[in-house]
Amino acid sequence: MDSAASAPAQTTWVQEKIFLRMTLKEYLKSLWTPFNIVAAAILCVGLPLLVFRFYAGLGAVTNLSQTQPWGLWIGFDMMTGIALAAGGFTIGATVEIFGLEDYHPIERPAILTGFLGYVIAIVGLIADLGKPWNMVGIFSQNGTQSVLFEVAWCVLCYTSVLALEFAVPFFEWLGWQRFYRPLKKILLALTVLSVMFSTMHQSALGSLFIIAPGRLHPLWYSESMFFFFFVSAVIAGISMVIVESAISHKVFSSQFEGHHFDADALTLGLGKAGAVVMFAYFFLKLQGVIDNHALEYIGQGFYGRWWLVEMLGFILLPSVMYAWGARNKRADVVRVAGVIGVTGIVLNRLNISLIAFNWNQPVRYVPSWMEISVSLALVTLGVLSFRWIVNRMPVLHELDESSQASH
Amino acid sequence: MKVGRRTFLQMGAAGTAALAVAPRGASAVGGVETPGEGERSVLVDTTVCVGCRACEAACAEANSLPDPVPDAEAYATRRLTGPSSFTVVNQIDKPSGEKRYVKRQCMHCVEPACASACPVRAIDKEATGPVAYHGDRCMGCRYCMVACPWSMPKYQYAKAIPLVRKCTFCAPRQAEGKKPGCVSVCPSGALNFGLRGEMLEEARRRVFGNIGRYTQHIYGEHEAGGTNWLYITDIPFERLGFEVRVNDNSYPKLVKGALGVPPVVMTLWPPLLMGMYAFSHRGEKKNGNKGGANGGHHG
Repeated sequence: MDSAASAPAQTTWVQEKIFLRMTLKEYLKSLWTPFNIVAAAILCVGLPLLVFRFYAGLGAVTNLSQTQPWGLWIGFDMMTGIALAAGGFTIGATVEIFGLEDYHPIERPAILTGFLGYVIAIVGLIADLGKPWNMVGIFSQNGTQSVLFEVAWCVLCYTSVLALEFAVPFFEWLGWQRFYRPLKKILLALTVLSVMFSTMHQSALGSLFIIAPGRLHPLWYSESMFFFFFVSAVIAGISMVIVESAISHKVFSSQFEGHHFDADALTLGLGKAGAVVMFAYFFLKLQGVIDNHALEYIGQGFYGRWWLVEMLGFILLPSVMYAWGARNKRADVVRVAGVIGVTGIVLNRLNISLIAFNWNQPVRYVPSWMEISVSLALVTLGVLSFRWIVNRMPVLHELDESSQASH
Repeated sequence: MKVGRRTFLQMGAAGTAALAVAPRGASAVGGVETPGEGERSVLVDTTVCVGCRACEAACAEANSLPDPVPDAEAYATRRLTGPSSFTVVNQIDKPSGEKRYVKRQCMHCVEPACASACPVRAIDKEATGPVAYHGDRCMGCRYCMVACPWSMPKYQYAKAIPLVRKCTFCAPRQAEGKKPGCVSVCPSGALNFGLRGEMLEEARRRVFGNIGRYTQHIYGEHEAGGTNWLYITDIPFERLGFEVRVNDNSYPKLVKGALGVPPVVMTLWPPLLMGMYAFSHRGEKKNGNKGGANGGHHG
């Protein structure tokens, strides 16, 4: 949609870097697409609501209540956003640490998705906090008893690490070798840090609910939730990278010219990994239920059936599809499984933070249209940022150092 | 949980009169250690409560809250505490037609889940018993509300700059040597104020010394690891509106295992990952080509 028009002989820096080698007029004209119009409409509704929320308070915008203190902005933006952004550390570790260089072409998009996912989760969190400026208290108050303290510190550290990792293509885009050369050299160290911080806070997001045993349905509650969350974050990372590479390949096909790699082979490899992790996750979850003496709840009532939907439809099914697809070299099956896998992780996070939470309370929480608009606007902002960045910076293809030197 | 003990030590260093109360950890009954026995506590005997709601009015006055609802409204429905009503009295009909009244407010746990959940220590346990809230530190994350087994912390959703609100146990009054507002006005002897060890003794004496007159349970003795508000009654606690699903052990201890993960990860991950790196890149130096057969490594 932003395909470059024939460039004039002399282009200014702004035209070169920002307007995709078009004049301002041409560029603005190129923005007039159905996708952009829909995106603009979503932002026009969601962003003013975000401002209004700080003026009028949470009660005016959300359906939160005294029994349901956390809603869509925590359950979706934060819990789900962070899980789906796990591709950054999963692929980073695959390439930099395990040395599987074949996956190199998808490392940068995975890191970018991770970075944007975290930034959006933090924006959503700030919207949800009553007095966000008091977040500085995590530096001075030592609330080390709190799982949220751990989450806050790790998210802060990991977002910084992601920013440094993303700074490489950013400075390459600007052509500032002095900045990106040293960063490239410490990429291995950054990757080690990213795995370390991710292990801690991906699991800690699950630990958040360990302190609420009476409020979360016994089928989802487990004192090992921190482990489930970490394993499912790896699944989310793998599935998200499969889905995202498929979409990127369709939408940004022009970016891949001259940078051929076997996308199907990568997808199949990821599918194989996904199958193993998901299969293990299925039995881990089952073990959690046995541990919690909650077997009797399976299939009982709405929550018992809903749990089966998640377990069979969104963990076991995609796991088998991954395995079958990888074995029979069917990348399309793996991609469909990827979509189911991503949906399953979203479902799991929503189940734990919203649906099966307060399951024994008479009044159910349903998000208001305003909460949904704000969440939708944040996701849209993420998609637009991703597109803006990959159309300009060397993310989907790596910079050719020799050509850069001649500039 | 260490919040209580830590604060206790800090307060001790500050030379607070709190130290005058019985030292923690001293044995009470036959060498059995009772958690928080030296903390200030209230024993609520619902069998003598007359439902006058003077406690509600005194609470509103002590905490500068709006006046409680009139009697006609108060007993029409089962009410919950809110951001501007820290305590409520509810009425329950016994099968015999007799009335029972139960006053609810923050339970002031010996090891409070809310305080352990707070990442900025805006909720802190005071050595003398109250679970105190410091609004100036609070960032409004509402994790305390998720953590509390009784949903006692309430939030000012209508305000642009909100606070979490709950019963303070009248900590400022207690510091002056006064009883909490509600206790000071109770005319029937339903609210008994004293040290937790003594109040438990009294509760046991009443409940187990009068078999048939009381339900054989002291609510708050073990719930959530023990609370400073203790309840005795002669009907099932569930009918009084008490949560019976509350665990008997300390809530902060539930996350002990999960909080043990970071030190392990921080110590073991870097060497483990570097070892994996070394393993997966072995033989590359020998080839003299960093990328090896896999193609150029860009590092």
